[in-house]
Amino acid sequence: MLKEKLLELREKALENVKSADDLKKLQDIRVNFLGKKGPITEVLKGMGKLTKEERPVIGQLANDVRNAIGTLIEEKRAEIEARLLERKLESEKIDVTLPGRKVQTGSHHLLASVIREVEDLFIGLGFSVAEGPEVEEDYYNFEALNLPKDHPARDMQDSFYITEDILMRTHTSPMQARTLEAHKGKGPVKIICPGKVYRRDNDDATHSHQFMQIEGLCVDKNIRLSDLKGVLTVFAKHMFGAEREIRLRPSFFPFTEPSVEMDISCFRCGGHGCSVCKGTGWIEILGAGMVHPNVLRMSGFDPSVYTGFAFGMGPERIAMLKYGIEDIRHFYTDDIRFLKQFDRA
Amino acid sequence: MLVSYKWLKDYVDLDGVTPEELADQITNAGIEVEHLSYPGEGLKGIVIGKVLTCEPHPDSDHLHVCQVDLGSETVQIVCGAPNVAAGQKVPVATNGARIAGNVKIRRSKFRGVESNGMLCALSELGVDKALAPYEDGIYVFDDDVRVGQDALPYLNLDDAILDLDILVSSAHCMNMIGVAHEVAAILNRPVHIPVPDPHETDEYAAEKVSVTVGAGEKVPYYGARLIEGIRIAPSPRWMQLRLIAAGVRPISNVVDISNYVMLEYGQPLHTFDFGTFGSDRVLVRFAGQNETMKTLDGQERKLTIEDIVITNGKEAVAVAGVMGGESSEITGSTGKVLLESAVFDPISIRKTAARLQMRTDASSRYEKGIDRNRVTQASDRAAELLTKYAYARVLKGIVEQGERTVPETVITLPWQKINRVLGADLSLDVIRGILTRLGFKVDKKGETIRVTVPARRFDVSIPEDLVEEVGRIYGYDHIPATLPEGEAIKASLTQYQELTRRTELLMESAGLTQAYTYSLTTDEHAAAYAVHPSSEKPVKVLSPMSEEHAVLRQSIVPQLIDVVSYHLNRQMPDTALYEIGKVFIPKAGSPRPEEEEHLAGAIAGSRSERNWEGEALPVDFFTVKGIVEKVFDSLSLSDRIDYLPAKRAGLHPGQTADILFDGKVIGYLGALHPAVQKEADLNETFVFEIAIEPLLRGEQAPIIYHGQPRFPSTTRDIALVVKRSVQAADLYKVIKENGEPLLQSVNLFDIYEGSHVAEDEKSMAFSLTYFDPERTLTDDEVSAIHEKILEACEKECGAELRG
Ligand SMILES: [Zn+2]
Repeated sequence: MLKEKLLELREKALENVKSADDLKKLQDIRVNFLGKKGPITEVLKGMGKLTKEERPVIGQLANDVRNAIGTLIEEKRAEIEARLLERKLESEKIDVTLPGRKVQTGSHHLLASVIREVEDLFIGLGFSVAEGPEVEEDYYNFEALNLPKDHPARDMQDSFYITEDILMRTHTSPMQARTLEAHKGKGPVKIICPGKVYRRDNDDATHSHQFMQIEGLCVDKNIRLSDLKGVLTVFAKHMFGAEREIRLRPSFFPFTEPSVEMDISCFRCGGHGCSVCKGTGWIEILGAGMVHPNVLRMSGFDPSVYTGFAFGMGPERIAMLKYGIEDIRHFYTDDIRFLKQFDRA
Repeated sequence: MLVSYKWLKDYVDLDGVTPEELADQITNAGIEVEHLSYPGEGLKGIVIGKVLTCEPHPDSDHLHVCQVDLGSETVQIVCGAPNVAAGQKVPVATNGARIAGNVKIRRSKFRGVESNGMLCALSELGVDKALAPYEDGIYVFDDDVRVGQDALPYLNLDDAILDLDILVSSAHCMNMIGVAHEVAAILNRPVHIPVPDPHETDEYAAEKVSVTVGAGEKVPYYGARLIEGIRIAPSPRWMQLRLIAAGVRPISNVVDISNYVMLEYGQPLHTFDFGTFGSDRVLVRFAGQNETMKTLDGQERKLTIEDIVITNGKEAVAVAGVMGGESSEITGSTGKVLLESAVFDPISIRKTAARLQMRTDASSRYEKGIDRNRVTQASDRAAELLTKYAYARVLKGIVEQGERTVPETVITLPWQKINRVLGADLSLDVIRGILTRLGFKVDKKGETIRVTVPARRFDVSIPEDLVEEVGRIYGYDHIPATLPEGEAIKASLTQYQELTRRTELLMESAGLTQAYTYSLTTDEHAAAYAVHPSSEKPVKVLSPMSEEHAVLRQSIVPQLIDVVSYHLNRQMPDTALYEIGKVFIPKAGSPRPEEEEHLAGAIAGSRSERNWEGEALPVDFFTVKGIVEKVFDSLSLSDRIDYLPAKRAGLHPGQTADILFDGKVIGYLGALHPAVQKEADLNETFVFEIAIEPLLRGEQAPIIYHGQPRFPSTTRDIALVVKRSVQAADLYKVIKENGEPLLQSVNLFDIYEGSHVAEDEKSMAFSLTYFDPERTLTDDEVSAIHEKILEACEKECGAELRG
């Protein structure tokens, strides 16, 4: 009797579960069949009337039926949940090809990039970075650099004077004198000094009344011209590519003796001659030389003990060559369309 | 300096050395050959012809029909030149020839008459018209040239011209003999400099003219020759062509000879017409203040007491070393010439030439220095040429004052110094060889060498100069590349440099693009938007190139506003820029301003794009403030920063804040004043500027590790109703002060003004987080602090808890 009832319950539950189509109905089925007041509990309550032999058999059957219904419900639940999830995912579908929200970032100025690159290279070579005033004394800008008043290489016309003795520095070289002076006659001194400089020029494609320079100075007891050549070779290969060769040509600067100009083998044509190198295979990059004994002496260094080299380069020129920029004014117009192009520089 | 390859061959054997090779070698040895040009390039089929007959053209009043002997044949050529005549020998462009400008000459007809070629003017053969002599028609050979031969060699159109860039160190190459010495040393070949013979007569010049120098050391030597019997005529063809090659226009024999000798020896010479000189006395002296004289170019020159003049004892007849005077100029009727060969002080000449704006071939040579020991040779050479080409009788002797020659410079140095400075390993023989080639005399004594410098190398005076001489001739290519040896020293960015870079990166991450603007600006802009407006006058440069760049800026903001405006004018309304750069603050009693690096920014337009989600969000005050706050956060200085409402010129009076650090103003941020925006045609624009340098240079807070929190924090919200005039900063201050030490953070998350509060009130809701690193806070503890904060807000800000 009870056995038939249990089997019947199982059939009924099976049917109910089958037809259940949401989680709520499924929960109702669980409560109806398996709850404390449900039919199976009822069956178990009526077990007292059974014989001793029947009791375990029915008890076992009741448990089996309960477990079977429970499993059925769980299976159904998983099925419904999977369906629901699928529906939810379907409804959450987006157009992944729509553009993302813009992250606005600014760009680094190309000149700042060039200067950083040079700074980092020379720090690696044991140089420090020095800073100095842009409004300079005539003494540091000229006299201490072996350019006494009335020197032919010193043209008043080229400088923005503020008074007779104060001017906008025309190069970063005054930092040679200032740094040497600060070291009070004792080496080693190894600095590079990037900064703004000013010349009385009309602004055009190749001239700017304000531009940047990077000065380098290395003074110690045994500094040789070959060291200058080595350091500049490292610089040229770092900035313009490992295949670059350098060439030193004799030149003249009042504050160095000997003076040289450094050319690099053309990075566009590799030295065969092209428009960048004007057919020569070489490109002029910077001026350099061995620090003039007068410069050492005036700043308190004994030229019979110390020697040194110095160089000066133009970041604008380096950038213009490297990227084929045709007009120096671009650097100071700050057109975002120009600057953005060099964000990765 | 233009150097003719053919002329150079007079002094140095150039066999086997092409002009290209020569140019390369000269450049590598230190004198840059800027250009190498071939004046006859592209010319073809130009021969010497003889005009046999010259008849007027039947149908033209200016053309002539000529029968021209070309050696191999006689052809008919129609010629339009006014100077054509029978008997002339002229350059002829034959049928099929090419003349200047790659023009091809073809058989043609001129008004019905056949013409088989063209008689040429020099300019038609590529010679600069400004240099060509007597350019009123075809060129006529004045000497015995062979008909039918290629005309180009006779016109030096087979020459090559090297254009040398002469620097202070290569002034000794501002003349052909100097170049010859240099080239001979480079090629290691001998140099031949002929010794001139002045062909003096027996009559003494000193009996007819006297020389007195009254300008002391500024005129170390003055010499004059007297030359009579002169007949003015054109100079010979070879001399004319060499002058043209050097860029000098031929004038007449006397003038050409003095120019030619200057080009050859580097010694400027001057020729006075002694017939119009005005006396028999040469007095060299300083000019009087406001003394005037008329120079050769017809201009009246006002002189000063710094100028040296040549006078006839009464008035100035030349500005020494710069330009002669009109009164004694050589003319067609000149018969007697006073030939000056003198030495003047380079600095005096430079100053005079610069002030009078007369940079002449003579002055530029005096400025850069001349070979003292050639002053007499040059005079002799001119006398020789005048005898030969101007019928001159040269009177005996040079009438002079001062020293003709100077003592030789001797440099003593340990010879190994050359190797030490170059980083090379040259033997003494190699060093001696190079110096000897260059004309130096080398004596060895132990480890020392004694080097005697030839006078023409006035640029060499110290041992380092000799290092350069050896290095450049030996070739820097042959010197190894090494790295400096010696002790290791610290090499890194300073804190300031490091933090500047970090600030740059922060600005760029915040969306601002780095700008570089000019330090020199207009008078009007210079003091505008300064963080600390100064009562001192802005610093000006004495002679600006333009009013645009005349005065040193005290703020970067005006420049950045210009950049914003630049972009707006090009349909780019969204701009966000920053710059870290110097401003120049005038200082009382000092001509030098104080220089300080500032960080400035300008932002306009929108802070997000208009896109498929919706409209763009405009930039506002708080966009900019967030960026500024981040700067101080990154330096861990936010606790010491305050923002106070401020009124500043050019900024919106209700949307501007001063930035204070430890109570002192260090900057500002705000919206541009609407009136400024309107005037400059700008959209709403926000700017800021911070005197950041002291912050970046100041002591930086160390990083202290606190360990991971082991206990939870508790967050409670509080909504306060206050009068609208109460500022957020007031409430923040009271909350923070009274929340110590457990209050960890305060966040203002809502502001409400409207119907639920009184008209003059607003509600501000804060979220307060409490935390104790040592334990979990109890509800009661938190309530107690919370209560205390509320009470303080009530008392100090009139706040009420919003119910
Ligand atoms: Zn190239």
